[in-house]
Amino acid sequence: MMEKLRQKKGLQLFFGFLIGICFGFLLQKGGITRYHIIIGQLLLKDFTVVKVMLTAIIVGMTGIYLMQSMNLVKLHAKPGSVGQTVIGGLIFGVGFGVLGYCPGTVTGAAAQGSLDALLGGMVGLLFGAGTFKMFAGNLLKDVLKKGYFGEITLPQLLKINKWIVIIITTAILLCVLYIIEKLGY
Amino acid sequence: MNRNRTIKVIFLISFLLNTTIALGQEQNSISTDNNWFQQVRWSPYVVGAGIGILSWISFLLSDHPLGVSGAYAQSYGMIEKWFKRKDVEQQSGMQKNAPAISWEIMLVIGLFIGAFLSAIISRDFRFEFVPQLWDTKFGDNAFIRWLVALIGGFIMGLGARWAGGCTSGHGISGTLQLVVSSWVAVVCFFIGGIAATMFIYYVIG
Repeated sequence: MMEKLRQKKGLQLFFGFLIGICFGFLLQKGGITRYHIIIGQLLLKDFTVVKVMLTAIIVGMTGIYLMQSMNLVKLHAKPGSVGQTVIGGLIFGVGFGVLGYCPGTVTGAAAQGSLDALLGGMVGLLFGAGTFKMFAGNLLKDVLKKGYFGEITLPQLLKINKWIVIIITTAILLCVLYIIEKLGY
Repeated sequence: MNRNRTIKVIFLISFLLNTTIALGQEQNSISTDNNWFQQVRWSPYVVGAGIGILSWISFLLSDHPLGVSGAYAQSYGMIEKWFKRKDVEQQSGMQKNAPAISWEIMLVIGLFIGAFLSAIISRDFRFEFVPQLWDTKFGDNAFIRWLVALIGGFIMGLGARWAGGCTSGHGISGTLQLVVSSWVAVVCFFIGGIAATMFIYYVIG
């Protein structure tokens, strides 16, 4: 049933568009398309971003794994390595802090009238993403392969039943959210 | 087997509907006279739960995780091809057809429209070049803010493709699948982000 639906190309583009509308609507309503909210998070003064992300992880994780066990969806684990994920992640983080938006929220910020996001952030992002494409093939090939750990999930790494990992992760994330609220953030 | 699956699907859909309705009712009781959609801010927990549910829908209907940065790399490729089309056509007749618009690009176009609708409906839309927080520390010079945003965006775009994802692709979609590389990535995103922001606001500013 789902396979047929997923092969309809035009309909899929429409689904992508609709899901995008909901995504953008939620990001803007959460306030995380505002510069001061993101910088507040990175200065550890405002925890809106972390609250949104952790809630999304808890809700998303339970549903995705439930549907996976019913064979309705399949997982999309991204491969990683120290050279790729750690170095790339740190570079991303520096850009994230300098700009004050991430790729999704810079798009949403541009749509709410933030011109620094539209004329600065989005243009820089476009050229930064394009520049990587040019160097990734040959110049960085060896760096990206360093310390490869593959397309692996936490249950596979720890060799524990996935539901145990999900329950433990949910418990930890709920504790983190509880502590954030208790501390008054 | 088939019947079993149908029951599961019905269960899932009803669960989804119930959650949506429950969230709606909770918000209605909080809101005063305003329509829910007209509120400028929703609770971060409602927004987070909404994004979580959206990721179920995205996996189920499209077999796609939510992710933004890939679309920017694809768009750059399309722009580059558009400018170089003449050269490419001269080199080989193979690449004549323009690259097709992808699911990811449609997601980002939708994201822009969705954020615009949200801002307009709640009257939160306003043109602003220099964010107020930046203004209080570094002044209202629009050129400086533009240059910093451009450089920051460039570094972020480079890092996003280097790491293979951004705050949505790794930070939400990857982590919720419990992917090891995504958890490593999101920790590095925040280490880099906190270090850079604290340097800018406490050392330079």
